Amino acid sequence: MKTAIITFPGSNRERDVFRAVAQATGHNPTHVWHADHELPAGTDLVILPGGFSYGDYLRCGAIAGRAHIMNAVRDHAARGGLVLGICNGFQILVESGLLPGVLMRNANLRFICKMQHLRVERSDTAFTKAYQPHQIIKVCIAHGEGNYIADEATLAQIEGEGLVAFRYCDATGQLGGKANPNGSLHDIAGIYSQKRNVLGMMPHPENLIDALVGGTDGRGLFQSLVA
Amino acid sequence: MKARIVVTLKNGVLDPQGKAIEGALHGLGVEAVQSVRQGKVFDIEIAGSDQMLAQAQLTTACEKLLANLVVENYSITILEH
Repeated sequence: MKTAIITFPGSNRERDVFRAVAQATGHNPTHVWHADHELPAGTDLVILPGGFSYGDYLRCGAIAGRAHIMNAVRDHAARGGLVLGICNGFQILVESGLLPGVLMRNANLRFICKMQHLRVERSDTAFTKAYQPHQIIKVCIAHGEGNYIADEATLAQIEGEGLVAFRYCDATGQLGGKANPNGSLHDIAGIYSQKRNVLGMMPHPENLIDALVGGTDGRGLFQSLVA
Repeated sequence: MKARIVVTLKNGVLDPQGKAIEGALHGLGVEAVQSVRQGKVFDIEIAGSDQMLAQAQLTTACEKLLANLVVENYSITILEH
């Protein structure tokens, strides 16, 4: 598993995700700078880490979504290569057109930083093989703009084709109400592209890989990549 | 020449910032305010004097970067030549 982590000015979770990938796969990822034009030869997985690329100027992920390296990421995705965008990385994926919809300001207008349960919608993808179907996992969220919105036709397509990756829920797996932290439509916390090789998600699995710091429910995502 | 681009949320898209501002205005006693929608203004200087070309360039700017067409509309006004 050859992994490239793209770093933009303002990314800040690139080392967390490096550690998570190295722990699960036994291989150290390569850091790639946003102004580069190409991915390292033989890249299997591209990760867009969390943070505040370009200070969230204009719209979260808008400027990073149009960086040079994103053309290479688009080509990689078109070839069927794996792409994982976490938090700001998810925002970059929707801004670059690799995933549908948009992430708006949280419905309560606050930056939310807390532990959050998720329901794994399917366990037959490259990112979730190590989980059980509808497994409830506890990870964390830390974002101000995670409110997933799409028009009705797009939402119907996402649901119809089984492209929802994770939904916000409570500890018992109950969806909706207070379990939805940011107002996202259909409690969506993460979605796949049509071929399920691109995953964007607001929560941070890379921060839940060590029992000493909150839990290990995030490990499954990285273990899935080599399962 | 100078141009102004205004980017606003499409009708029906929830605007929690606009709602919060609306509430604050009511709190300040500006009670006649019925609703507030927040948007963005870009003042842009364009080289040359060809208005058609400027319009085309600004449309490209809006569609490629300034507006997210999933949730936003844009309008372009040429202010002075």
